[in-house]
Amino acid sequence: MSEARERLVVIGNGMAGVACVDQILKHTTAFDITIFGDETHVNYNRILLSSVLAGEKEFEDIVLNDIDWYRRHGIRARLGVRVEAIDRLARTVTGAGGSVTPYDKLIIATGSSAFVPPISGIGKGGVFVWRTMDDTRQLVALSGQGIKAVVIGGGLLGLEAARGLQVRGCDVTVVHLAGHLMERQLDATGGSYLTRKMNALGINVLTGRYTQAILGGSHVEGLRFHDGSEIEANLVVIAAGIRPNVSLAKQAGLQVDRGIVVNDHLETSDPRIFAVGECTEHRGQIFGLVAPLFEQGKVLAAAITGNRGAAFEASAPAAKLKIMGVDVFSAGECDDSKPGAQSIRYEDPALGIYKKLILQEDRLIGAILVGDASDDHRYFDWIRTKKDLAKDRRYLLTPPPAADSGFDVAQMADSETVCGCLGVTKGAIIQAVHEHGVCSMAQLKDRTRASSGCGSCGQLCKSLLQAVVPGFAEDKVKALCDCVAFSQDQLREMIRTQQLKSVQDVLDIYGNSIGCEVCKPAISYLVDVIWCGGHQEDRSARFINDRVHANIQKDGTFSVVPRMRGGVTTPAELRRIADVAEKYNVPMVKVTGSQRIDLLGIRKEDLPGVWADLDMPSGQAYAKGLRMVKTCVGSEFCRFGTQDSIAAGVELEKRLENLFTPHKTKLAVVGCPRNCAEATVKDIGLVGQDGSWQVVVGGAAGKGVRKADLLVTVESTDEALESAELFF
Amino acid sequence: MIPAATGWVRVTAAADIPPREGRAVRLGGADVAIFNLGERFVAIENRCPHRGGPLADGIVSNHDGAITVTCPLHNWRICLESGTVRKPTTGPACRRSYPAKVEDGVVLVDLRGINTDPLGEHPGC
Repeated sequence: MSEARERLVVIGNGMAGVACVDQILKHTTAFDITIFGDETHVNYNRILLSSVLAGEKEFEDIVLNDIDWYRRHGIRARLGVRVEAIDRLARTVTGAGGSVTPYDKLIIATGSSAFVPPISGIGKGGVFVWRTMDDTRQLVALSGQGIKAVVIGGGLLGLEAARGLQVRGCDVTVVHLAGHLMERQLDATGGSYLTRKMNALGINVLTGRYTQAILGGSHVEGLRFHDGSEIEANLVVIAAGIRPNVSLAKQAGLQVDRGIVVNDHLETSDPRIFAVGECTEHRGQIFGLVAPLFEQGKVLAAAITGNRGAAFEASAPAAKLKIMGVDVFSAGECDDSKPGAQSIRYEDPALGIYKKLILQEDRLIGAILVGDASDDHRYFDWIRTKKDLAKDRRYLLTPPPAADSGFDVAQMADSETVCGCLGVTKGAIIQAVHEHGVCSMAQLKDRTRASSGCGSCGQLCKSLLQAVVPGFAEDKVKALCDCVAFSQDQLREMIRTQQLKSVQDVLDIYGNSIGCEVCKPAISYLVDVIWCGGHQEDRSARFINDRVHANIQKDGTFSVVPRMRGGVTTPAELRRIADVAEKYNVPMVKVTGSQRIDLLGIRKEDLPGVWADLDMPSGQAYAKGLRMVKTCVGSEFCRFGTQDSIAAGVELEKRLENLFTPHKTKLAVVGCPRNCAEATVKDIGLVGQDGSWQVVVGGAAGKGVRKADLLVTVESTDEALESAELFF
Repeated sequence: MIPAATGWVRVTAAADIPPREGRAVRLGGADVAIFNLGERFVAIENRCPHRGGPLADGIVSNHDGAITVTCPLHNWRICLESGTVRKPTTGPACRRSYPAKVEDGVVLVDLRGINTDPLGEHPGC
């Protein structure tokens, strides 16, 4: 009975709190759980807000636990409800609306807030902090061309904010108090390499500036620094660090220092109350990166369910900047001035690569990587395990040739961590494969949550699966070809964020600079659709058919198919087609399967003349794009017709023609379920019936035949066309 | 059949062939495809050894370091320097390739010349 269940209340619906609940559920389902969150959203991946700001991801993409998860586990989610007070005597929490919720056990996971430095004029309009999804949406709405944005703070968060705003068209300046960027994670040289990278992206960086005042009337117009200099700004983002949210705990009389003080098992000074996440302070340390917080969650879950195990020990901090093309990684110590510390450096100013390893007694205690962070994993592991590197010192920065290209997964110990964010070891992944039949990345994420944090271990997880799963198939994500070893999705993101407008640019930067018949047309398609035609067209990257608007035949001649929307033509068009066929001695005139007329056997040199004489648009019978909309006769003439399929088909073709798709796309509209134009084996089909239309999708009649699935049934032709268009 | 042409033949203005594209031309009795590779021009018989496809209409690509053209009909890759087939096999089937150069903005092709495989793996035809 539910009355008998122990009541667990969690204050905070963020990554740390919910991850902890997830861990608790692994131990027991006996708790009656309520989660309070002052944001109105379900639990999402806060780390990836930078990707949302940069337009690389949508909110839906970064949701960690959807509403279904809460339902499935019988968890009451009180979203948008801020907890105002904890009554430790009565053992209740009071929500913003005055609601009182009793608890037997309480977890405080209130996280942290942005630190707002005392700057005069900070309350003006246009000055924001960046912490939540709502903050992100606001920034997205306000950013754009012509906006002068200033980010105060050149740490991880500030730089990611700057990049996001810049991708959205803002003119961005980062103002940083310290002498170099990311001073907590980088040394001065590393900082200057990073500054150069940011500058190369088009972002201004001012270091050593203390912001004294925000200038302007009710809305920000500029900033003044301590030296009296000023800059213009109409959007300011403050990313000057975070402070643990402790007021609730303090008010409840719990022991609070900088954060809520917890012991090695995440218990606060009240044995019924636990705390987890950025609001905590453990042995004098507070937290800002996610990895140790998941570790906390595990320890807490064990303790609260009576399975108290290993004590929490904060791991070495590791930070990775998530800006495409700007690789920065830092772990452990970045100060090599300590006695006994030795640093090993590598730098190449032309390539913008800087690497520094800090060792103490042959053990790695810190690593800084700028410009090439591909070996981050190896170094982080050496730091974490305090590996004795005496024998490996010769090859710390340059692996022995051939023997170790990159990082061999077979060399990893089972106990080594693969996913730093979620703390998943190699052993755990192998176990998931053997015991739970995991055989894809999606299943792996589902089972172990590996690679669902910052995602930077994705490649490593993949190599592991490749090594242990027989016949491992990558989840759709497949490198385009050997010339450009990235998936279409990755390329899409790179082209967008790096503002690449030509095929050659993509090949030069991400490929072998030459390309081939596989990747060049694919990249042509990507730059074309990403920039909506505003790309630099490169004919040499297109297949010959797309260059000459005709279809090459076995003897090197071409076939020409003019557009004939819905298969409808006119006597005048037919006359022109006949004239062209005679004038150019076209050896074959044929009606195609797509209800159009094909002129076959045209010599390449005649193509310009043929098209000029036809004076009709191309039917794009060769394109990866919309081919045609086939129609039956429909209600205007057919005695069985219930809908005007010709008019609907012609209109649909007009709306979608000239649009490109990754694969050829064929549509059809039929006026009754007799399906004379075979709409149910088309990519999209409209099937008319008395008083309504069925919109069917996903059909095929090529190498494999597939019947289309019903997407929706709608009443009006307008709605049917709109549904088809939306699906397209 | 190769015509009895004498050495270098002036073909067309270099500007007529856009970078990374090919153009077909009939020289004497031979169909020749001329490609603009940016830093240099190359010429090859314009018939794929597979089914005779027009190589001039192919996409320029590369295969293990050799610059190739991919035949538009069935994606065979032919080395532009040596005329040898690189894909699907590296068998003996091959096409004649001709020395080409640009002088004063005009492309010249040497119909008597014979290129050999730059990698030395296959003798030219």
